[in-house]
Parts: sequence; C-alpha cells; structure tokens
Amino acid sequence: MTDIALNQSRWHFSNWPVWLWSFLGALIVWVASFSLAGQGASGMLVAALSFAVFTVLVGLGQMFVITLGPGNVDLSIPATIGLASAVAMKVMDGQNSLILFGLLAALVCGLAIGGFNYMLIRLLRIPPIVATLSASFIIQSVGISYGRGLQIKPPAALTDFTFSRIIGVPVLTIAAVILSVIAWLVLNKTIYGRTVSAVGQNPRAAHFAGLSVERTRLLTYLMSGVLAALCGALLAAFSGGSSLSMGKEYLLTSIAVVVLGGTSVAGGRANVPGLWGGALFLFMVSTLLNTAGFGSGLRDVLTGLIIVIAIALAGSRSASR
Amino acid sequence: MTALMRPALELSGVSRSFGAVRALSGVTLTIEAGKCLGLVGHNGAGKSTLMNILAGALRPDQGTLLFDGQTMDNVTVASAQKLGVRCVFQELSLCPNLTVAENARVLHPSIKGLGWRKRAGKLIGDMLDRIFPGHDIKPDALAADLSIGRRQMVEIARAFTVTDGGQLRLVILDEPTSSLDATTARQLLAFVREEIRTGVSCILISHMLGEVLDYSDQIAVMKNGQLVATGPVSDFDRQSLVDLMSGGEHPDRGVHARAAHKFENAPIAVRAERAGRGLPFIARHGEVIGLAGLAGHGQTEFLVSVYDAAKKSRSEIHVDGEVCFVAGDRQSDGVFPLWSIADNIAVNSLRVLRNRGLLARSLEHALAQKWGSVMNIKAPSLEDEILSLSGGNQQKALFARALATTSSVVLMDDPMRGVDIGTKLDVYDIIAKEAAEGRSFVWYTTEFEELEYCDRIYVFQNGRIVSELAGDEITEVGVIGSSFKDSNAA
Repeated sequence: MTDIALNQSRWHFSNWPVWLWSFLGALIVWVASFSLAGQGASGMLVAALSFAVFTVLVGLGQMFVITLGPGNVDLSIPATIGLASAVAMKVMDGQNSLILFGLLAALVCGLAIGGFNYMLIRLLRIPPIVATLSASFIIQSVGISYGRGLQIKPPAALTDFTFSRIIGVPVLTIAAVILSVIAWLVLNKTIYGRTVSAVGQNPRAAHFAGLSVERTRLLTYLMSGVLAALCGALLAAFSGGSSLSMGKEYLLTSIAVVVLGGTSVAGGRANVPGLWGGALFLFMVSTLLNTAGFGSGLRDVLTGLIIVIAIALAGSRSASR
Repeated sequence: MTALMRPALELSGVSRSFGAVRALSGVTLTIEAGKCLGLVGHNGAGKSTLMNILAGALRPDQGTLLFDGQTMDNVTVASAQKLGVRCVFQELSLCPNLTVAENARVLHPSIKGLGWRKRAGKLIGDMLDRIFPGHDIKPDALAADLSIGRRQMVEIARAFTVTDGGQLRLVILDEPTSSLDATTARQLLAFVREEIRTGVSCILISHMLGEVLDYSDQIAVMKNGQLVATGPVSDFDRQSLVDLMSGGEHPDRGVHARAAHKFENAPIAVRAERAGRGLPFIARHGEVIGLAGLAGHGQTEFLVSVYDAAKKSRSEIHVDGEVCFVAGDRQSDGVFPLWSIADNIAVNSLRVLRNRGLLARSLEHALAQKWGSVMNIKAPSLEDEILSLSGGNQQKALFARALATTSSVVLMDDPMRGVDIGTKLDVYDIIAKEAAEGRSFVWYTTEFEELEYCDRIYVFQNGRIVSELAGDEITEVGVIGSSFKDSNAA
C-alpha cells in the first residue's frame, strides 16, 4: 500500500528528472572529498567546472551521435582532439595574432574528420563503431607525420583566456554553458534535433515521415568532429601545448558522461543538463580517489567500475518504466 | 496396377490453429499413389499450413494422417523425409553459404567419407540434367551466387534426388514455377508427369491456374482453412476455380461504395511508366486508386518508389506535389515509440510549425489537437505516450500524421492491418471526404472490401501491373481473375 502511495506522490524519486541523478552523485562525491581532505571545497569546484568544459564539449557531440540510434558512436574523438590541437598550435605558432586562424584551422580539421567518418559509414557501409575506430588510426598517423618535431607553445593570450574568470567563474565554463543552451535549443526546437531523435528511434519511419535521414546523420558526425576539434585546440592552450595522446582519456569519458547524464544508449532520447552532472561527477570521483591516495592504476579500475555501475543502474531505471 | 491405385496419403479431420486464428479446420483429403493433386486457394487459405503438416514441420491439433495405410503420429521432418516425403518450399531453403553440391549433401547424410563433395555434386548434377536439360548450374557454385530462378531449380532437383535404396513417395511443390521462366517451368511440369508414371505422388500448389488445370489429375480448392471442393480435374475450369476461391460471391458494390466520379479532366497527380513493369500507372487529383493482387507482388515496392520519386525525381515516375506515406507495418515503418501522440502526429508537418525558426509547442499542439479530433483518437490527453494507445488508435494517429500534412498525394501501405471495423469505417469516410477536396489516395490493400472504396484499381503480379479495373469491374471475381492471370498470357 505504502509503495503505491509513494509511487503516486509527485515528489517520489521515480518522478525526478533523469539528469538530477548525475548532479546528486557529483554533490555527494564532492562533499565526501572535501570532508576527507578537510579543505579546498571551492577550489575543487572551480577545477571541476574548468575540466568539465572539455568533457562537455566532446560529450555534446557524442550525445547527438549516440542519439542517432543503435550502433552510432564516435570513437574518433580522441584522435580528432590530438590532430586538431596539433594543427591549431602549428598554425598559431605561438603568436596572438594568429589565434583566430588557428581555431579556424582546427574546426576545418574537425569538419574534414566528421565528413570522412560519414563517408566511410555511408558510402562503404561500414558500421559507425568500426568506421570511426579505423578513422582514428588514420587520423593518428596523419597526426604523427604532421606534428613531428617540438611541442609548440600556445599563444599567451589564448592560454590567459582559458584561465580567465568572471566573478570567480571560469570564462570557458560560461562559454560552455552557453553552448549547452544552444545545443538544447537545437535538440528540442529545430527540425534537425527532432530528426536526430526520430532517426534514433526508427530510421525507416523517419524516412517515411518526410525527414531527411542521411543529411541529419552527416550533420551529426560533422558536429561531433567540430566539437572534438574545438576541445582539442582549447585543451592545448589550457595545458600548455598539444600532444597527440592528449585526447586519450576522452574515449571513455565522452561516452560515460552521455550515459550518466540520462541519454538513452539505445538512441532517440538525449539529455543536455545531464552531461554537466556526468562531467562533474567523473571529475569529483577522480579527485576523491586522488585525495584518498590511490595510484593511477587503481584509480582507472575504480573509475571504470563506477561507470559500469552507473550505466547498469540507468539501464534498470529505464527498463522499469 | 492395383498397387498404384491405393491411396498414398489420407488426411482426415485435420485442424490447426495459431492462437485465435484457425488456419485449418477439418481437412479431409486423399492423395492417390501415382497421381498429381493440384491445390489452389487465395493467400491465407491454409495451403502452406497443410503442406507444413505433411512435411512434419507442424503438428495438427486434431485429425489423423494415414501414410500407406498406417497411422502417423508425431511426424517429424526427419521421419517424413525417411518415408519419402519431399517438399519444395516457396521460401527457398538452400543454405546460401554452401555450394550446390554441399546443399545436396545436407539432405543425404549417407553421402560421406572421402570424395563426398564429388559424389554429392554428381547426384545433384545428374538430377538437374534430367529435369532441366541444358541448364548451366555448376555443382561447385555457391548458392548465394545463383539467381533466384536457378536457386529454385536446385531446390527442385534436390527434392527429387534419392540415395541408398531410399525412395520417393510424395513430392510437394509450393509455387514451384513462381520464379521460373516459361521454358524451365514446362520442363519441370513435364518431368513431374514422368515421375508420376513411376508411382510417385505429387501435390502442386500454384497460383497459375492454367498450370494446375493442365498438369494435375485431381484438384482441391481451399478457402478460409477449409476444403471447399475436390474432384477430378475434368470437373473444373478456370472460371469455376476463381469462383470457388472467392466463395462464388459476386457482391454488389456496397452502399458505402464511392459514387462514380468522372476524373478524365482532373490533372494528373502521379504518373508512372516503368519499363518492363506492365501497364502505366496514373492517379489523378481527387482519385482513390487501389493496388490489388496477391500479397507481396510489388505493391509496397511501388508505393516506396513513388514516395522516393517525389523527393528525388526519376525519369519513370512523375509526382505532382508532395506525398506522404501511411505505414501498414506500424512498428517498423510508422510509430516513434518514445514520443507522445502529439509529437507523432506533428512529425511530418514540422516545417510549418516553426515560429522565428524554432519549433513552437503551441503550434504543434494546435495541429495535433485538430487532426486528433478529426480522427477521433481515443486518449485522455494527446501528451500521453503513443504506446499507451491501442493498435487501432495508433493507426489513427498515423493517418492523422499524413492528413495533417499539405501533401496532395497520400500513399497507403495496407494501413488497416489489424484495425477494428469501427476505426476502419471512420477512416473510409475521411478518405472519401479528403478525396472530394482534391487529394489523391494510392491505397494498397489486401482486403477486397476496401477496393470497393476505390475509383480505379491496378492489379499487381510479380512486380508488374497486369490489369486495370474501374467502377463496376471492381469485384472479387474480377480481381482474383486478374491476379491469377498466367504471366505468359499477360
């Protein structure tokens, strides 16, 4: 009886929005970490907000791709980050006057990679998971031959920008929030966004409902490439130079934040706010494990476990709906 | 000689149901040794179920099978095989990844040891030579690489092969000639007559009535899971078969039928002249055009090609205006399961639901509300999930989606599958009303009654349009007659 009464209650947790869970998780881990360390609550929050920017950037692209439906995933994000950061740094050549050109070059690089991915998927009919994985090997090889030589330092102005704050909040974070709002609008208020969701549920039905399925797929892979490239350029500026393996950790995290945030792995349903919760949660977890003094190997194992558990919980939640 | 006259197989009171559907009810039938029985009937009459029971693939719920005078219980595919019963199924059953010889070996476990491939190849090759002299099929060819007609030939030849003192008693051929050309079909049928002379019995299932009348000794007609007539072939002719299959009904055009309209002067909405695909197709504005014929004879493919032609123009198909599509297979072609009813209705009209470039909820609601009430969708709120609706109401939502568009042509892919009669009557009225306002409907349906709502119909056979019927010509008999037209006569 009580169960039924609880389920009917407006405030019962089964009625909470999906994205709230990831924020709740992040909050709990945050509290746990600074209680453990005994200090640094606000510093940790600012760091989390800064690092979450990069995760959210690639997460947005990955989210649109995953929402396209089963089998759709962009595994070329790490390679794209690596190549785009190298291209951006080389074009900028450490000079403030070339920042815009460098960013533009990185975006073009991202577009080209997205287009290449789509071409493999569409023309050669390769499953996206294989296409983007094999594309990343090609991209990496290009990156190795292109980025040979010394690491180039980013222009000072760009680095300063990535560290600047307004009323204590990192500017990058503000920019990423604005970008997220735009992504939300695109997802919910444009034909393109509606088509992504429709294709993710049933591409055949989407075709018969007059939606342009293939154009939407192309745009989505292009967008994922561009966002990964932007992430690469900013990350290079943030961390003092490009490196080809810089994007490595974003393979798992880009997918993890999407799933933790309540986006359906089976496609058709995306969740923008959840990305932020997922990104903050992941950063807090790794900080907590750091504070607790775990080595990097054990940290990876635990991070992996947490992601698996979270995905399993998310899965059981949607199954019981 | 008396040995040849005894019945090879006797069925009595055989029934079989699938859930609530009674596929066979009380079929009593005798097949004599050394005779060919022609089995005819419309789609879903129960022919395939009967055949699967004979082959041991299905058990009857009731009734007995006597083979050679012995009661057969628990027939399995293997035991039927051992008794000498062979089937050539309509859905070809060769393994595509195996060669012709390897496929032959599948049926004959006794071929083993070194050189089995060669022996199996010789077995099937010799049989192909006997049935289809002059064929060009190599035993080491991969089944997947053969054309559908050649696969059918291998399938047939394989059914006639015997090894190690095994014998052939009964061969069941389900639409054996549907993918054969006229010459090979004649070779096969001549071979069947020859085999019959050696005492083998044969059941020939075919929609080519001429074939059945020319090559059978006896004929059985099925309708709705029952045997409606059996007798020697001399008792039947084409017309009587058509009448029997359709139940001898010559229904008047019902009271609900569309009044005869004159459309000669209306502008053309769809024109399709496809090379090698039979008669040209024309749909005028305001017309309701039916696509008839046996199921799966190219009607859906035609609708899809018209739909695609409207998006990306083709030389063979011209469409004036926009088209929309009402799916018959809701799950795979129509419904977006994660969305609300309103979202599902609005999805095909998004272009006009924008306000300053962004989709406006209020406009979507208004549109969904309007067409939801026109279609009388029964739901507490259109914001409810589409899957909360019954199948019939989901179908109404798909109709609402199509009608809400500004499309001048509505393509319907047998959209009433599994829809209750009340919903159907509602939809028929709306179609008539929308047609009167100038929309054209191209309507593929597998139900005769629905063809009566059409101004003209095109009958499909093997992907081709074989005839066009209008007005009073649209009767069950007329449609069946055209559907069963032999392809070489068309």
